[in-house]
Amino acid sequence: MSATTNLSSLSSQGNGATVELAQRSPRQIAWIRLKRNKVAMVSAGVALFFVAIAFLAPVITGLFHVDNTTLYLDRLKDGQPIGVAGGISWAHPFGIEPGAGRDLMALLLYGSRISFSIAIITAITYVGIGLVLGISAAYIGGALDSVIGRIADFLLSFPTTFMFVALSVPLTMRVEALGIAKDNGARIVVMVLILTVFSWPGFFRVVRSQVLSLREREFVLAASALGASRSRIIFKELLPNLWPLAIIYLSISLPGYLAAEAVFSFLGVGVQAPSSTWGLVLNDASSFWQRDPAYLAIPAGMVIVVVLSLNLLGDGLRDALDPKSDR
Amino acid sequence: MSENILEVSNLRKYFDISGGIIGRKRHTVKAVDGVDLTVAKGETVGLVGESGCGKTTVGRTILKLYEPTAGSIIFEGEDITKYSQRKMKPLRAQMQMIFQDPYSSLNPRHTVGDIVAASFAIHKVTPEGGVKKTVQGLLERVGLNPEHINRFPHEFSGGQRQRIGIARAIALRPKLIIADEPVSALDVSIQAQVVNLLDDLQSEFGLSYLIVAHDLSVVQHISDRVVVMYLGKVMEVARTEDLFKSPHHPYTKALLSAVPIPDPTIERSRERITLVGDLPSPANPPTGCVFNTRCWKAQDICRNSVPAQRTVGTSTVACHFPE
Repeated sequence: MSATTNLSSLSSQGNGATVELAQRSPRQIAWIRLKRNKVAMVSAGVALFFVAIAFLAPVITGLFHVDNTTLYLDRLKDGQPIGVAGGISWAHPFGIEPGAGRDLMALLLYGSRISFSIAIITAITYVGIGLVLGISAAYIGGALDSVIGRIADFLLSFPTTFMFVALSVPLTMRVEALGIAKDNGARIVVMVLILTVFSWPGFFRVVRSQVLSLREREFVLAASALGASRSRIIFKELLPNLWPLAIIYLSISLPGYLAAEAVFSFLGVGVQAPSSTWGLVLNDASSFWQRDPAYLAIPAGMVIVVVLSLNLLGDGLRDALDPKSDR
Repeated sequence: MSENILEVSNLRKYFDISGGIIGRKRHTVKAVDGVDLTVAKGETVGLVGESGCGKTTVGRTILKLYEPTAGSIIFEGEDITKYSQRKMKPLRAQMQMIFQDPYSSLNPRHTVGDIVAASFAIHKVTPEGGVKKTVQGLLERVGLNPEHINRFPHEFSGGQRQRIGIARAIALRPKLIIADEPVSALDVSIQAQVVNLLDDLQSEFGLSYLIVAHDLSVVQHISDRVVVMYLGKVMEVARTEDLFKSPHHPYTKALLSAVPIPDPTIERSRERITLVGDLPSPANPPTGCVFNTRCWKAQDICRNSVPAQRTVGTSTVACHFPE
């Protein structure tokens, strides 16, 4: 789909559409394209809903008079929740955690805060690093380009998951020894750090090649002919053409980091109890799934819905912002 | 001569082609190899030659968008050859460029107003009556609707985009404009309008033009003098009417004979010169006269010694056997 076909199909709808066509920025055109993609809009709604409830976790748990630390032992019998589907009731809509007896909804809501924070911080950090280094490498070039390029190649040659498992414990100790953060705080810092370090090279390469192509366009030459400084060319001429790329990468990588956090916590190298994240809950649930399948199904379903909706939103954003990319 | 706004002598621009992991120099492309040219105040000079002869590089090197390898560029009596980009900045207001491709010369994410006003922002000047009003005046002057100031480039046609590029170039009232193939990307009907616009702006603002082109009819229409380039070197410089009436250099003759004449009888009966072979690589130019590989008059002297510029009539020709 190209911009022109979209515009002509809009104008063929008549009713003064030609008047509306006037003065539409590339951003507005992308927004119109996104709005016509129903799957992406629904996904955006779902994703926003989950981000919102993660943000509002204390408010929501407050409404149900539960929290993520109280042990509702009276709702357990022999370590198993009383009632159907893991003890679902009005007071505990998602049921009770077997064993310790905490409220599952509170666990998942507070857990999603950690999961979302890790994913969002990682995504923003690596996109920022990729942008800065990609623009510098391509626009300044020369030795800087070679050095950054080789570092990126070096990092890309490591398997991320393996490196994570190998590095998380020593790095966590190092972070704690440096007094940056403690316990789960340190583990979160390490998780963001490792994911960022192994993520930016991919985006860096894309930005670098994009800038290599952009800087040869005549509008960059026109800006230098006008006497524009290097920083003006980078920030005013190049960067506006890179935002769509950054947004696409941001949205497409978010679900991956949510899943990565769940996987690492599940494997025991991420966040650890007593904190709860989706991965930790899933890990715990895996030992109860025969007796209490709802305890596994609810968090697993949540992960699937959020990751799927973020993926579909990312696809929709890519189609809207970069209509030339063919799937 | 103080009336020359631009004097370029012996300008050279070599590009190093490097390869391999350590990026060692493989060979050098002599894109511009000893070009002399002058532009007088209020004059229009056409720079012609076939694709790859270095004419675009000449234009960009004069504006110091490329660092010259050798030679000197004197703008209004000021030797700018060695000027740093910082030192060039105030001069950039006085020498501007119009680009070939109106589809890539405008940033797709800036509004027309931003594009035209960029020069005011970069040079930190506020024009009389405010930026917006001035930009609208400029748009009107180049034949665009001033109300389209908030539109984006993709909403305009090629000809309109080229007009936006012209408005950007004249925003700071420059004295010299280097136009790099200003009309070659446009439809023929639009070409005439843009050429006429350039003509009108010249008389209105007292501009001097260096127009790089390969379309000889455009050059004939607009230029006072013509510089013919081949493989990085100047072959012939002459007043437009002299050049088109009596070309002295064999290459100019061949170039002119490629222009179709809109009269079937003359077109059929005239003798056309067809050059054999391709343009030699500027990385490995022929010895002696660079044109000797394709010239029908070439003799031993042409292969061995570089012809000096000599005056024939009112023209300057670099040929051992001018006509």
